[in-house]
Amino acid sequence: MAGNVDALYIFLTVVSALMCVLVFTLVVVFAARFRRRKGVRAEQIEGSLPLEITWSVLPLGVFFVFFAWGAWIYFSERTPPQGASEVYVVGKQWMWKLEHAEGQREINQLHVPVGRDIKLIMTSQDVIHSFYVPAFRIKQDVLPGRYTTTWFRATKPGTYHLFCAEYCGTQHSGMIGSVVVMEPAEYQAWLGGGGATTGSLASNGQALFTQLGCATCHRTDTQGRGPNLVGTFGKPVLLEDGRTVMEDENYVRESILVPTAKVVSGFKPVMPAFQGMVSEEQLNALVAYIKSLSPPSAGAANTASVAPSGEKPHGPEVH
Amino acid sequence: MATAVVTAERENYLNKEYGVRSWLLTVDHKRIALLYLVSVTFFFLIGGLFALLIRLELLTPAGDLVQADTYNKLFTMHGMVMVFFFLIPVVPAVLGNFLVPLMIGAKDLAFPRINLLSWYLYIIAGVLMLHCMLTGGVDTGWTFYTPFSTAFSNTKVVEAGIAVFINGFSSIFTGLNFIVTIHRMRAPGMTWSRLPLFIWAQYATSVIMILGTPVVAVTIVLVAVERLFHLGIFDPKLGGDPLLFQHLFWFYSHPAVYIMILPSMGVISELITCFSRKRIFGYSFVALSSIGIAVLGFLVWAHHMFVAGISLYAALIFSALSYLVGVPSAIKVFNWTATLYRGSITYSTPMLYAFGFLGLFTIGGLTGLFLACLGVDVHVTDTYFVVAHFHYVMVGGVLMGYLGGIHFWWPKITGRMYPEFWGRLSALIVFVGFNLTFFPQFILGYLGMPRRYYQYVPEYQVLNVLSTAGATVLGVGYLMPMVYLLWSMRYGKPASDNPWNAAGLEWMTSSPPPTFNFDETPVVDFEAYDYEHIPEKHEEEVAVG
Repeated sequence: MAGNVDALYIFLTVVSALMCVLVFTLVVVFAARFRRRKGVRAEQIEGSLPLEITWSVLPLGVFFVFFAWGAWIYFSERTPPQGASEVYVVGKQWMWKLEHAEGQREINQLHVPVGRDIKLIMTSQDVIHSFYVPAFRIKQDVLPGRYTTTWFRATKPGTYHLFCAEYCGTQHSGMIGSVVVMEPAEYQAWLGGGGATTGSLASNGQALFTQLGCATCHRTDTQGRGPNLVGTFGKPVLLEDGRTVMEDENYVRESILVPTAKVVSGFKPVMPAFQGMVSEEQLNALVAYIKSLSPPSAGAANTASVAPSGEKPHGPEVH
Repeated sequence: MATAVVTAERENYLNKEYGVRSWLLTVDHKRIALLYLVSVTFFFLIGGLFALLIRLELLTPAGDLVQADTYNKLFTMHGMVMVFFFLIPVVPAVLGNFLVPLMIGAKDLAFPRINLLSWYLYIIAGVLMLHCMLTGGVDTGWTFYTPFSTAFSNTKVVEAGIAVFINGFSSIFTGLNFIVTIHRMRAPGMTWSRLPLFIWAQYATSVIMILGTPVVAVTIVLVAVERLFHLGIFDPKLGGDPLLFQHLFWFYSHPAVYIMILPSMGVISELITCFSRKRIFGYSFVALSSIGIAVLGFLVWAHHMFVAGISLYAALIFSALSYLVGVPSAIKVFNWTATLYRGSITYSTPMLYAFGFLGLFTIGGLTGLFLACLGVDVHVTDTYFVVAHFHYVMVGGVLMGYLGGIHFWWPKITGRMYPEFWGRLSALIVFVGFNLTFFPQFILGYLGMPRRYYQYVPEYQVLNVLSTAGATVLGVGYLMPMVYLLWSMRYGKPASDNPWNAAGLEWMTSSPPPTFNFDETPVVDFEAYDYEHIPEKHEEEVAVG
């Protein structure tokens, strides 16, 4: 992706430089060539419709190219590939808390293997932050009260800056960290070593699911007072009021915190609200667990299974 | 005045009455323009002082000159003072106030008392803002983003908000006054197609002022209500939506950029025609592009929010619309350039500023194309690239236009000529200093330095040092006119009624004009920029200096 952004940036720079050169040359040449001379009067020219049309339509055409190219990049930036490994990010004044699907927790540092798609599912505990890795050309605001997502695939091992890009108070400029991109083998060693985990995010979520009593209603048969959650994630849900919404991370989040906001068709709004009763980290674990009940058909990355080592086949995107 | 030797001065708006009272209670649009001139200059100096401290702090990567909280207040108040108390009022309230009635052949604005009221509202707001700054200040950024501003900042958010709110009414009243005046008080024969382009620009600006400002006023009230009474509007913890704030804020604050730049564009049309001795190329296209910018400017606000969490499709639409607003700006630049063709061009100070405007605005405008481009914006938004871009447009563009205009109309305003050599030198220094200050910031932004950073990683230092060095040059460039213009009020050569041999009604009355502008109401039987029918003057009279 970085390569794509840079290519477009260079294209924009070249076109803009040409425009600058054109305008500046004309101004300088006219200013010199038509400077005031004794006895020579200015020649009055009313205007020219063909010229006006030319210099309105031509830029518009060029603008359209900029727009289309930029939109194409943006579209893929906003669309994480299927089967990306998921990392949950919580921003707070003034640090980044990251949690891998495998359960490793980090602060202000994110370790990832080279060549793997990483999807970031992010929220904030307080004000708006923005997750910015200049080297990857990605930036996404991190908002309280909802999830925003972005993704990347690092292609070169190394350590890259992670900045908060949305002003968030006193230590805004101290809310920085790094993304450490490692060779797959190195990454495996890191996974096994340092971060002694308490189990995967989804398994923590499962424990919470039982502990908070969710399992009594959300049963795995059709007899529960709440909907059976197996195999529902990522699919459309028909609501009591006739609307259909996609069951995504934000939907699950809202349904835990404010269950009455969107009630599933055929059920009563009887679930208690968990707003203020679960932390962002607990919410992330619950969301990860509910997602794990609906494994993607290919059965790849977002459960606790260990990711494939080595290069995997690349799509059209180079990130 | 020491130059009492210039005896038998005609009665004019300056010497008609003396004394503080005659100024503070004046309803003469020209005197009110001068009241504004003094007050916006004062706020420019305050905002400039903050800028100086910011640039000094950024000389080194570590935070060492001031505390982090102080730095955050510095850039917040730099933004608030410069945007609300300098850039928005500067051209309309100073040059617009002085020139709108003169240019259309009217005695005054339609509502002279409301005009004075606007100034008082501005002053009340300004005093409140000063009080806020002196008693602790505010640290939200000039953008007041929620929920930081409503639930987390423990600085004087509400007080700063009230100041901005009151100042908004000053702006609304000025806009209202201009619109009514331009509709109702044009001299006989002054048809819409004969209006100077400065007037078209003021008209377009006024429309934005009265349509946009109420929205930001309401938004600020909502921030205050949430902050004081915990009513959930923007804070998700209270059931609100923080993005709603951003939509409301930018719905005004993007068009506000055009409030700043349009009047300066109007000035440039006046300068380029006069110093090329030519009618403007494509009058109706330049006039209507102002209206086009005013209208389209209301449809692009969410381009400030491409990474904020808006939907993919909203982003696509706002990106496309943002490109549309680039077209009328391009039309203006091309028409100004074409106006030079086969002209008879002199390089007086105002014209040098106009050339400077063309340079800075072209760069500022073109870099706007980068930011409208979704894929690139994701990387450069909220970095120094954005800082550089909007300074090129809002500071480079607006101030070049303003300073060019101030020099151009200085003889009319004061009856004195400014020293031409120093004028040209200042134009040159401002242009060079500006580019030295802000061009490195484009590169810093692409390299990833986020804005509003009190400390930064060491690899960004070289470009920051360059930028700070440029800022000192720029500071000298901005201070120079203040010195020699003040000097010229006393010692400048007395100006003739039309020292530039310019077209336009304002040059057909005396310098300075009498209180009611014209001894008898002018009748307009000529087109705008009718340089074809203005006889040549002797060289030495025209090309002063």
